[in-house]
Amino acid sequence: MRQEPFVVPGKLVVPYRYFVGRLASKALIALRDDKKVMGVRCPTCNLTYMPPRSTCGRCFSKLEELVEVGDKGTVLTYTVVYHKEPVHPMEPPFVYGLIKLDGADTALPHFIGEVEPEKVSIGMKVQAVFKDKREGNILDIKYFKPQ
Amino acid sequence: MAERVAIVGVGQTYHRSRRPDVNQVELMNEAVRAALDDAQLTLRDIDAVVMGNMELFEGNYLVDMWASDGIGSYLKPGMKITTGGTTGATVSCAAFNHAASGLFDVVLAVAFEKQDEGDTTAGLNSVSDPLWRRWIATGAMGAFARVGRDYIRRTGCKEEHAAMLRVKADKGACRNPYAHLKLNLTIEDVMNSRMLMWPMRLLHMCPTSVGAAALVVASEKRAKQITKKPVWVKDWVTVHEESATTWSMVRPGETSLEKASRLIYQRNGITKPAEEIDVAEIYEPSIWGELAWYEQYHFCEPGEGWRWAEKGVTDMEGEFPVNPSGGVVATNPIGATAMIRIVEAALQVRGDAGEHQVSRPVRTAFTTAWGGSNWTVATLLTKSL
Ligand SMILES: [Zn+2]
Repeated sequence: MRQEPFVVPGKLVVPYRYFVGRLASKALIALRDDKKVMGVRCPTCNLTYMPPRSTCGRCFSKLEELVEVGDKGTVLTYTVVYHKEPVHPMEPPFVYGLIKLDGADTALPHFIGEVEPEKVSIGMKVQAVFKDKREGNILDIKYFKPQ
Repeated sequence: MAERVAIVGVGQTYHRSRRPDVNQVELMNEAVRAALDDAQLTLRDIDAVVMGNMELFEGNYLVDMWASDGIGSYLKPGMKITTGGTTGATVSCAAFNHAASGLFDVVLAVAFEKQDEGDTTAGLNSVSDPLWRRWIATGAMGAFARVGRDYIRRTGCKEEHAAMLRVKADKGACRNPYAHLKLNLTIEDVMNSRMLMWPMRLLHMCPTSVGAAALVVASEKRAKQITKKPVWVKDWVTVHEESATTWSMVRPGETSLEKASRLIYQRNGITKPAEEIDVAEIYEPSIWGELAWYEQYHFCEPGEGWRWAEKGVTDMEGEFPVNPSGGVVATNPIGATAMIRIVEAALQVRGDAGEHQVSRPVRTAFTTAWGGSNWTVATLLTKSL
């Protein structure tokens, strides 16, 4: 009789739908139809959040005021991915960073393209490159490129 | 709070990459038996059981559905808790709360992860914001590459300093019988390990571990009956923040790490943490987290962490030892990891850490845990009330 412990392989497939919500729906439609990057402003705290959310975490106000934060921003930090993993969205090497859009007080994680990884730097001014065929998600921005 | 609370028993499994010899419940059972033995109690003495792990990391949810026999919760009160990387600390805090409330005298806490059974990255993907984040999944590694990148730019730290702390962690792990990675590393080994995402090298990142941990917690009266060496749980707190990727990069001071530790110090009259605390077991899935976070915990001045690495301040024999166990970078069974910080800190307070007991006499220990990059749990343990 074999003495090895017995292992039963398995796989879960988990389909889901994500309901985007009131404000983000408007923001994604503006991105898809007009290439406009929208955030939401809290008038009490005088802060603009991108991605937009319906409640300000600092003062708990209900937020309504969608504002355009623009397609230009600054690289706050970045990293270059050299290793390959099934979850990665593209072949390495690729660069992704946190980008503070000019009209926002928060950072957006996204890719940085059209530049050698070695030439990317913190503080670099970048600009969104949009897809031709947009579907209403954040990947309607292909990546950010140097201004 | 109504009751003062002490840790009266601790236990953990040996941590490994794979444990094909046991199932999930059997793994937890090992830690539970170790903690009961340490407390010299039996299951009859336990009034409630709290357990936790990361859902889906084993490819299943609600393991508590079939775990009650193995963890000792059969027909006992208690609950199951999942809070990401902090799970083990949150399970511990829930046990402290159960005993502090006066509702239960002796409470068992158990946490585990069996990463050899599932796909941790798939599990991690399921916890990211489905709209704005899931498409850019890079897991914990990406987050800590950014931490390292930012710390280097801000402070003048060099890669050598990360290597120094990694070698320090390995020295601890090599002396800790339960640690997972024991590598006898040199600075060169760390500096030459594979680059994953700049400046993150393979040896800067924690391993994928299998293991479990358990605690027995008791109210003051019972604690004094159970053991001569109770470890008093002086304080515990959890603080949430905005997602680290969107907010703390813009406002670097505003983090849950900073706030949670500051609250603990304020509430306990601690003004000079590195002098008044004797040992810290902090949660650092990457060595870049340890380097960058000394200042977040107010251990040192901003930008001073890498100088501490150079001087060996946080070595086992140093003035302010941090992670003498080898830390998370040597051993990371996710759901259990944050409880291991508390287990190890309790052993240091008792003087029972053996080969990795720190040189400095320990009366006060501080622990942290970090979850989902959005929240921090901190605890303060003491030798006397
Ligand atoms: Zn506000």
